[in-house]
Amino acid sequence: ARCDSSPPLCSSLSSPQELVGVVGLEIHAQIHSNTKLFSGSQVGFLAPPNSLVSFLDASLPGTLPVLNRRCVEAAVMTGLALNCTINNKSLFDRKHYFYADLPAGYQITQQRQPIAVNGMLTYSHLGGKKRNQVVNKTVQIKQIQLEQDSGKSLHDDQRSQTLIDLNRAGVGLMELVMEPDMSCGEEAAAAVRELQLILQALGTCQGNMSEGQLRVDANVSVHMPGEPLGIRTEVKNINSARYLARAIDYEIQRQIGVLQRGGTVQNETRAFDSKSGQTIPMRDKEGLQDYRFMPEPNLPPLIVYKDNASLPTGVDACQAVVVERIREGLPELPSVTRDRLVQTYAILPEHSFTLVNEDGLVEYFEAVVRETKREPRNVIGWVTNELLSLLKQKDQSVSQSPVSPSALAELLELQETGHISSSVAKQVFQEMWRSSGKTALQVIQEQDLGLVSDTKEIHNICQRVVDSHPDLVSAQHTHTHTHTHTHTHTHTHTHTHTHTCTHTSKHFVRKRQQLSRIHG
Amino acid sequence: MIVFSLTSARQSLGVSLKLMRPSLRLRIRGHFCPESHVREATRPYSSHTHNPKVPKAATWEPVLEDQLPPPAKIPADLVDKLERLALVDFRTKQGLVCLERAIRFADQLHVVDTDGVEPMDSVLEDRVLYLRDDAVVEGDCAEELLQLPKSTVEEYFVAPPGNIPLPKREERTAMLKHSEL
Repeated sequence: ARCDSSPPLCSSLSSPQELVGVVGLEIHAQIHSNTKLFSGSQVGFLAPPNSLVSFLDASLPGTLPVLNRRCVEAAVMTGLALNCTINNKSLFDRKHYFYADLPAGYQITQQRQPIAVNGMLTYSHLGGKKRNQVVNKTVQIKQIQLEQDSGKSLHDDQRSQTLIDLNRAGVGLMELVMEPDMSCGEEAAAAVRELQLILQALGTCQGNMSEGQLRVDANVSVHMPGEPLGIRTEVKNINSARYLARAIDYEIQRQIGVLQRGGTVQNETRAFDSKSGQTIPMRDKEGLQDYRFMPEPNLPPLIVYKDNASLPTGVDACQAVVVERIREGLPELPSVTRDRLVQTYAILPEHSFTLVNEDGLVEYFEAVVRETKREPRNVIGWVTNELLSLLKQKDQSVSQSPVSPSALAELLELQETGHISSSVAKQVFQEMWRSSGKTALQVIQEQDLGLVSDTKEIHNICQRVVDSHPDLVSAQHTHTHTHTHTHTHTHTHTHTHTHTCTHTSKHFVRKRQQLSRIHG
Repeated sequence: MIVFSLTSARQSLGVSLKLMRPSLRLRIRGHFCPESHVREATRPYSSHTHNPKVPKAATWEPVLEDQLPPPAKIPADLVDKLERLALVDFRTKQGLVCLERAIRFADQLHVVDTDGVEPMDSVLEDRVLYLRDDAVVEGDCAEELLQLPKSTVEEYFVAPPGNIPLPKREERTAMLKHSEL
């Protein structure tokens, strides 16, 4: 069954005897740096194969790892943003396993003592009946560790071989291990989205899941609430946030199905197949892997200093990583941005949520507000509804919007000062979108959509209409009723309504214009 | 040894040892040591002082069998697992004996009392880990690297598809028997 049609799994009205899902995430975030974790070769995507590979990355004998300071700073920044405790001393280890894209036969990671521990990620998603209420949740972060990425394998099943590209081998990763505090795909997707926004705001990871900069593995199990956790499976190969929710929900349902049929869930690794929307078992792992963890003998412990005062003498200040300095330099985090927008512009939390969720939308909104005298409350709808829906239709980003903030501000000013009605304004906006570059004024003039507010002129127009349809006027007289009302007619066909023009009906004038277009 | 025979030969020629020493004194790394330190009969031409922490005679005591914990038994399953992890075949009689001896040798560590002592995992533990600047200084040597393996495909290294699963234990035993022939 498709996720959309089935009831959401995060319903708080689940009956007490129902199995619930338990989800823990392991996230690998590629550090946004010029060079790799332990070597001075470049970090890049889509470069010619094996062109960004140093001798260390190729595991040639005689090479030694040299730690990149930027990667340490990135890990500390991320740890601070997620309220972690930063370990002043952390250690590096080797994790051994054989695979062609891991030329050394081991990966340097931080298994015993990672750089940051015990943090918390606060995230929200739109819940409630109408899915427009902001629901706040938290998930505990067990640890953040620095580790190496592996190369890329391209499987050529036809010729029964695997092609190895080591450009990615040795790139710095931050592995974030989350506690199993989530219960369904929607929560996991929301948590990952928030993490993406935080990492992008910090600049420590660009968070592009399709380019592999952010990789998520989900540990999924089911149990009766209150009872011990069930056997978990690991779901891999999730390439987008959209698939993450589907993969997790499918797996939860699959496990519930297995247990309801009296079976047992196997502890295994499963891959998500986006075509079928199912998880399938991966190649058998031949029992539990023994990674033979050992300390990395070529790297002494990594020390980061609490503050400038704790720098020992003789240590170069530019060499050292000082936590307090990094904390002071942290940029504004998404949750702070959301609160600031609500405070500054008196908009609703859900609007603020939508603004921060879309790349560049906050800047767009603030630019429009600056250029118009309108209340931000009255601007927000235009940005989160009109603008955003058109962007979504064409799958465009804010930076690709054919209507600039100034152009939108001009349109809103024209509406505010009574030049056009609100329904016309929406029409004009659509037209501006279609013919990019045209200002609101141009469109209004071209299509003569402006409101006429001069009473004398309106009287003249009404008189002309009445004069041009004498037969209907006489029919009207025989019926002896005249109605004077001010409602909008949206049907445009051959018969006309005659009103006694005792009021300035803006809509009537527009109607008259439409009629004149039809009848010539 | 050659030194001794030289001096004894010299002595037999009537030239005293004392006179010989100054001219044969070596300057090692610019370190000049005074004559008094070179008095040791065992190390006449060393310029380093004898560290008092090092005993003058060997103090090595062999560890007795009863001091060690009982010898570890290595079941066939464990041998199997070790072979898979290390990708080394050692199922021969010699291989297993070698493994047992290696474990026994390491068992001597149990004699040492490590209560309250932090394990040391790097002799570099008191050194500051050097942190490198984030500037590109290497890479861009695809041609050089691709010359190393026997075969490549369009600038990619070639590997067998996935991990070749190890044959089952019975098959492996059979394979080993054949290879021994």
